[in-house]
Amino acid sequence: MADNAITADDRVDLSRRKFLTQATIATGAVGAVFAAVPFIESWSPSERARAQGAPVEMDISKIDAGQMAITVWRRSPIYVVRRTPDMVARISGHDGDLKDPTSQDSDQPAYAKNTLRSRSAELLVLVGVCTHLGCLPKQKFDAGEIYPSWPGGFFCPCHGSRFDLAGRVFDGSPASINLRVPPYSYPNPRTLLVGADEKGAA
Amino acid sequence: MAVKTASGAPARLPDAAPAKRGLWAWLNKRMPIDEFISTQLTGYYAPKNFNIWYFFGSLALVVLVLQLVTGIFLTMFYKPGELTSFDSVEYIMREVHFGWLIRYLHTTGASAFFIVVYLHMFRALLYGSYKAPRELLWLMGMLVYLALMAEAFMGYVLPWGNMSYWGAQVIVNLFGTIPGIGPGLVEWIRGDYGIADATLNRFFALHVVALPLGLLLLVMLHLVALRQTGSNNPDGIEIKAKIGADGKPLDGIPFHPYYTVKDIVGVGVFFVLFALVVFFVPTFGGLFLESPNFEVANPVSTPADITPVWYFTPYYAILRAVPDQRMGALLMGLAVLSFLFLPWLDRSPVKSMRYRGWISRTALALFAVSFVALGYLGMQPAEARYVIAARIFAIVYFAFFWLMPFYTRIDPVKPVPERVTYHAH
Repeated sequence: MADNAITADDRVDLSRRKFLTQATIATGAVGAVFAAVPFIESWSPSERARAQGAPVEMDISKIDAGQMAITVWRRSPIYVVRRTPDMVARISGHDGDLKDPTSQDSDQPAYAKNTLRSRSAELLVLVGVCTHLGCLPKQKFDAGEIYPSWPGGFFCPCHGSRFDLAGRVFDGSPASINLRVPPYSYPNPRTLLVGADEKGAA
Repeated sequence: MAVKTASGAPARLPDAAPAKRGLWAWLNKRMPIDEFISTQLTGYYAPKNFNIWYFFGSLALVVLVLQLVTGIFLTMFYKPGELTSFDSVEYIMREVHFGWLIRYLHTTGASAFFIVVYLHMFRALLYGSYKAPRELLWLMGMLVYLALMAEAFMGYVLPWGNMSYWGAQVIVNLFGTIPGIGPGLVEWIRGDYGIADATLNRFFALHVVALPLGLLLLVMLHLVALRQTGSNNPDGIEIKAKIGADGKPLDGIPFHPYYTVKDIVGVGVFFVLFALVVFFVPTFGGLFLESPNFEVANPVSTPADITPVWYFTPYYAILRAVPDQRMGALLMGLAVLSFLFLPWLDRSPVKSMRYRGWISRTALALFAVSFVALGYLGMQPAEARYVIAARIFAIVYFAFFWLMPFYTRIDPVKPVPERVTYHAH
């Protein structure tokens, strides 16, 4: 019996070796994906952040006609405007200059998917964050405040996006969709609840 | 214990160098120190016709070390957190001994890093250093540039000033323009419903640990690729094509001592200018440190104008010039990534601008002008006249890259000499 002689049985089975190599790589890759999950998931908002994102109440009885009040929900300013009949009138008549006049591509609850983008004509509730890149649009409510034909609305100082008094974006703005409307409801006539409506908390 | 052969005579190792003794020999037996020096420094031949444009590679390395050292010291005093960051930076500036100096070295170093890197990149455009066989060298360098941009952005968020906050808001929201996954991705990056403590803390981890490690690795790969191809030169001639009787390139000189000595002069001049900024104009008129950042982050008050630091403004101007959100973000990304494709866009048979025709030269000049002009426009308010100007320069910017396959082919090139142009001093 020769010690080191290569017999037929000792011959390397290359296809078997290739299969085992590939199976090892595949198993390792699947394991790596599973191992990555906890690390990736750790970046999601923590339980504390989620808890702090709960709905907020606001007393709206003190907001005068034509005035805007700001509350904070989920780290975003929420603009609450009590529109005068004149301001409401200035929302119509420029649909042709808007990118999304009927809010088809924009982000709002079903009850705000209308021309005035609100539950009632009087009160406008918007997320006060420019849909372009997140700056805070400034209030420019007076007609002609920016240019002669300006119907009143919001102007973002960062990149020049313009929105009307319903938060609808004008053509020529870098923003592509209207200002967002958060879910909101009125638990009683004096109180606005941002972040929750009939469907429950967002 | 001497090794004996069968005849009893001491064994002679083939090609044995004269036996060295002492500590140096002991070390070299265990680590290839001498070999490294001779292959990478004294025996590494670089073209003899380098000019002033060749200072910026070594300067980038010097600034990298400066940033690492000053950064390590800053982490000893800085406390990441929504409630602590801004105060700890004030503490560094007012109460830590020489804290102001360490911080100003770091903030000025960030801008200096981009100055030398932009000049280093322009050198590559000027002499065709990205062309074959240096495509990978160029790509590694571009990855260094991308990592540097991420590093600079996250570092800018750490002081938690108002511009830090709103800059982070704008940049992170860019990811929200990705169709489908955008909004979820933004929330994941921030770890909250807005830029928050969680965001600041993870940016800190990335800025001080993850990205510097990545940068060091990429810089090393950049140098490894450089060792393989060797440096290009102002004539764009491969010095390895003309080898002398000694097997060395006829137009090459050892990197050490010739270029180490030359680079030290560059470092000296650089540090004089650097010190002038650090000691006399550390904010550089609001270009290196912006005034809204001397106010703590305020989620309900946007600064009058949000502008990034100067080194990002060319791309920012392109973002603002496009009247569509998604397209703006896309073109901004493309403006950065266009550099990656240069080796394959350039069809000129000649590397260096010295031997290229008027078309390539004009294109490069227009590109340089548009890059600087966009940088200026990106700092201006979003007014119509600036936006229109930015659109024009953005078109020039993209034309430089994407028309390159056409204009470099019809460019009337000049004959390239056999040997590099060199006048002894």
